[in-house]
Amino acid sequence: MSNRLINWFKFASPQSFYPLAGRMIPWFWALTAVFGAIGLWISFFVAPTDAVQGEGYRIIFIHVPASWMSMFIYLVMAAWAGLGLALNTRLSGMMAQALAPTGALMAFISLWTGAFWGKPMWGTWWVWDARLTSELILFFLYIGFIALQAAIDDPRRADKAGAVMALVGVVNVPIIYFSVKWWNTLHQGASVSMTKSPSMAQTMLWGMLVMALCFWMYSIAVALMRVRAIILERETHTEWVRELPEVKE
Amino acid sequence: MNWGSPAEFFAMGGYALYVWGSFVVCAAIMVMEPILARKRQKDILRTLRRERIAEELDNQ
Repeated sequence: MSNRLINWFKFASPQSFYPLAGRMIPWFWALTAVFGAIGLWISFFVAPTDAVQGEGYRIIFIHVPASWMSMFIYLVMAAWAGLGLALNTRLSGMMAQALAPTGALMAFISLWTGAFWGKPMWGTWWVWDARLTSELILFFLYIGFIALQAAIDDPRRADKAGAVMALVGVVNVPIIYFSVKWWNTLHQGASVSMTKSPSMAQTMLWGMLVMALCFWMYSIAVALMRVRAIILERETHTEWVRELPEVKE
Repeated sequence: MNWGSPAEFFAMGGYALYVWGSFVVCAAIMVMEPILARKRQKDILRTLRRERIAEELDNQ
């Protein structure tokens, strides 16, 4: 038991996580490329033309995965931030900081592709509808988190302030998810439901799920790249960083 | 197969601006972000190497 605990905490130290992340990154990039190739193939060549929206609906293959990721990354970021606040582990704050820009970009892609979908289908780039507004708030929460951390010089204090903000903002995620149920909105309901059988063509659903996997792998790969840089930035004056082969060369 | 010719594919049934406007921006972001992350890694490594060399010179 005690042995297992030690093993877990071993990877919670930046020193042992840094090389581990370095070894994992190429695998996640490979998976991103594989899922991306299959996903795009299904999106453009296998999935049939939509009866109502013609070819315009194909935006769904990036819009839905990006929206899912923007919400999910926020939850993971807040979980790391909360863990850091509770246990005061060094790596937690670095993980939260590494995830924020990726989450912000996912929220941006979601809003951007949403606008490019809304224009031909609804006749407008933007409406102040519950779904769209709460997703915009999510984007601002990411920006706020990044700005707040950048404004505080001491990284440990920046982590604490950021963690409080991230945890308060978590309330927005269920609001986004359920907004299409709770309010009358222009936005359509959830594309995939756990309780109902899918309403869309099987191939469309598969295309979306494979693209979602691609976005998952991409997010992990790029966040690991960023967390490695953050580890070095914050651990600059430690002995293990000085002894790294890439520093000694 | 949905498309009779490459031109038909790029026209996206009249939705070219919207479909490609979405996919191109998404692709551009997903290319830029890892490039910036790699640059950040290279920058900090360069700083660390310089600091190490400066330390060695101090010790001489």
